[in-house]
Amino acid sequence: MKRILAPLLVVLGVFALCFAAVRPPQGLETNPAVVAAFDGELAGSASTVDEFLEAQWQTEGLAPAAEADELQVLRRLALSLMGTVPSLEELRQFESDEAPDRLERWTLRYLQDDRFADYFAERLARSFVGVEGGQFVIFRRDRFVAWLAEQLRQNTPYDQMIREMVASEGLWTGEPASNFITSAVADGNLDHNKLAARSARAFLGQSIDCAQCHDHPFNANLKQEDFAGLAGQFGRVEVAALGVHEMSMSGSDAKPRMKKKNNAEEDEAEEPIPDPVVPFGQDWLPGDGTTRQKFAAWLTHSENRRFERAITNRVWGLMFGRPCVDPVDDMPDPPPAGQPDLLDVLGTDFRQHGYDLRHLIQTISASRAFRLESTHPATDSAELAAVEETWAVFPLTRLRPEQIIGSIIQASWVQTVDQNSHLFVRFQRFTKENDFIKEYGDLGDQELDEQTGTIPQALLRMNSDVTRDAIKSDMMSTSGRIAGMCRDDESIVDTAYLICFCRQPTPPERDHFLAQLSGVSKNEKNRVVEDLFWALFNSPEFSWNH
Amino acid sequence: MFHPVPRRSVLQSAAGLGLSFLMPALDLKDAEERGSERAKSLLILWMAGGPSQLETWDQHAGSATGGQTKAIKTTLPGAEIASLYPQVAEQLGELNIIRSLTSKEGDHERGTVYVKTGYRPDPIFTYPAVSAIVAKKLRSEELEIPAHVSLGGGQWPARGGYLGASFDAFRVFNPGRHINNLKSLVDEERQAQRLKSLDVVTSAFARGKQLQVDKTLHQHTIDQALRMMSSEQLKAFEIDSEPAAVRDAYGDSQFGRGCLVARRLLETGVRAIEVTLNGWDSHASNHEGHITQSQMLDPAFATLISELKKRDLLQSTIVLCIGEFGRTPKINPLDGRDHWPNWFSCIVGGGGLAKGLVIGETDPAGTKDATEPVSVNDLFATLLQQLSIDPAEETMTPIGRPIALSDGKPVAKLLG
Repeated sequence: MKRILAPLLVVLGVFALCFAAVRPPQGLETNPAVVAAFDGELAGSASTVDEFLEAQWQTEGLAPAAEADELQVLRRLALSLMGTVPSLEELRQFESDEAPDRLERWTLRYLQDDRFADYFAERLARSFVGVEGGQFVIFRRDRFVAWLAEQLRQNTPYDQMIREMVASEGLWTGEPASNFITSAVADGNLDHNKLAARSARAFLGQSIDCAQCHDHPFNANLKQEDFAGLAGQFGRVEVAALGVHEMSMSGSDAKPRMKKKNNAEEDEAEEPIPDPVVPFGQDWLPGDGTTRQKFAAWLTHSENRRFERAITNRVWGLMFGRPCVDPVDDMPDPPPAGQPDLLDVLGTDFRQHGYDLRHLIQTISASRAFRLESTHPATDSAELAAVEETWAVFPLTRLRPEQIIGSIIQASWVQTVDQNSHLFVRFQRFTKENDFIKEYGDLGDQELDEQTGTIPQALLRMNSDVTRDAIKSDMMSTSGRIAGMCRDDESIVDTAYLICFCRQPTPPERDHFLAQLSGVSKNEKNRVVEDLFWALFNSPEFSWNH
Repeated sequence: MFHPVPRRSVLQSAAGLGLSFLMPALDLKDAEERGSERAKSLLILWMAGGPSQLETWDQHAGSATGGQTKAIKTTLPGAEIASLYPQVAEQLGELNIIRSLTSKEGDHERGTVYVKTGYRPDPIFTYPAVSAIVAKKLRSEELEIPAHVSLGGGQWPARGGYLGASFDAFRVFNPGRHINNLKSLVDEERQAQRLKSLDVVTSAFARGKQLQVDKTLHQHTIDQALRMMSSEQLKAFEIDSEPAAVRDAYGDSQFGRGCLVARRLLETGVRAIEVTLNGWDSHASNHEGHITQSQMLDPAFATLISELKKRDLLQSTIVLCIGEFGRTPKINPLDGRDHWPNWFSCIVGGGGLAKGLVIGETDPAGTKDATEPVSVNDLFATLLQQLSIDPAEETMTPIGRPIALSDGKPVAKLLG
């Protein structure tokens, strides 16, 4: 008897836990750390954005969409900040949270979650160093991403983060920020041009790659000699066994030399590195410091509007699935002073708040534009284009591969899949995620560009092992749990919709699935629930942000 | 006494008698047309890792750079290749060798992008692979399976670039054995039920935003996927019905199976195919590595050419065997050869191109540049022209700059 008692207790315990997890929790305690997230500061920032857009809607005679349901906004937040839909656990807590400003508090709660730091670090890393593995040993992308995540965790000011990367000294392991520099090492040589181009794209939202050979076609400020001047900013960097360091300069004869990129033997002719020159804002350069320290100070200077505009555009793009100005790394010149656009409004506020990324994200999340429905009564495509252009409707955008697999995995577990999850769950998430992203098509560092859907993606969502495992009705999975534990058919359908779509089913939807569930055997019911999850996973509502 | 019955009329009468099940699973229209009247296709045998020109098509046996390679004569007058390729040597008369391809990209990824697209990689947008251009321009309406197929994996499969992800190559990692995700997870009845539910869910979502949801093409993509899942043409991916002798001739390797599947896809009307053979990056033990590779490449490549010829498909199919770069004339201390984009070789022919040419000559000492240099974009301009696609045609790219399909100049003597 004793021998079966222990396992029996475990089994009963698991059942009790599962049962508790699919029911709304009672008497949720409020986490004191997340209370009072919506202070006057934030309200002020959000309202400057609202006022700007509302004025624009008024001028153009556009009516904004209705306000979206708060659960839909929570879904947008979770997708953009952590790359998954909210877990059922979180949804239940959110539903029972009746204190004021719950969306503001939940935004902050997500920002304080390690999942945010890890997820956003990877997004930023793609723009800073791309996705390539780079030179073996010398470039440690993993260290770099971990370092970025740590900065996000500590909420390091964005300008400081960039200065550390650009001016970093030391070894790629001990000083992980220096991997920004070593990411440009190929075949043993540091590619200054690559660093110049990367800095302009990532930090200033300007594509100057073309200026390597000719003037920029539509950006009057970028000439070919500007490119050379930017490459010169990295001309004193030396990458040696002890890491990245800046060569000392004494007199013009100490000009460093570079190798040509081509690794063919006879092309190893050396050519001189150009002098470091900035294309505009010469008086932002400080008097002291190494070449790179000066350049970093110039990049992040408070008068350098391109700097704040580039990051606000990117963060906006990550939150809405579509940036204000597209593409994020080839933005036109800023509008003349005195005629601010949305990016200036956001950028100014971001700067005035000490380049605080969390504040920027909270501002966007609290803005009216972020909380609008994705449905708009516009009847023709011209009107629709106008409302989309001015953010009078939340845009419908394709989720990126990591958001789709993140959502599939999260939807197949009742509890939140995070650093507290069981090792097995985390391992599964990691391997599944990588395989899926590879098969779905990784967008690399162009992940904010608009993409078309493909047949292999549809096949993967419909027929893959990932889908089969995620919807399989067993004791551990969501579908198995809700099939077994929900008190009636209606709550089965409602819970499945909540997990996948963060909403209640419409009456026709509910009726459709209730008809399938009614009067079937228990085994049959499991199959119906699998089919229900399959249909939800394959709908546009699941794989699009809205 | 008996007139040979033209293949075309055999197929027609087979179809007329209701015996179509006896025929290979072909698109009827494409199957009918053979020879030069048939619509053209491009087949690329992709040698991933960069094969050594000296151990393949540009041997310098007995010279300082030649290593242990021996030379054999080929059916291409005056051309000798490495003795590792006796079967290819038999077929070479139908094709051409270019020994003076030039590139400036000595890194695997950058080199692959360059030799697949004809453009050096650009950090802000992606050029389409030449095969994606062909798939887009020569697309046939009757095709229910992807028009652009990549067989045998490879790290950087051909992409649609600015033409759109829908022109990315459809990847089959293990050709002839298994294709991922093509069978529905449940039986027909249950699948029908699932699709009905999907309709219900989709229309609930589209309510009030039909315009936006239509723009997503989500349903259209699902419909295309479903059409493909139930298509007879999928049989082109299966090789079990091929006679054992044919399968054996291609060789029991993933690459051999890939080449056989490629032939079947061509017959079905797929216009752009790449078959990847990995493993050419011989920084150490170059010679041994190339022996291993040749055991896969030689039978597969040679059988492919001889079958295309036998089936009268070579006139309509350009075959190109190429990798991302060549390897150094100098042998390194590990008996390996390193990356060498300065000059390298490819084999190209069919599809009405000239035949029997050897273009370019390289220096046995490995110091002087190749004569008659052909850049990769020149090669692609030649291929596009031969496929009746104007290489100079410009496409508006997402960054607002019009870009020519290829900025190279066709190599006049290769054109048919």
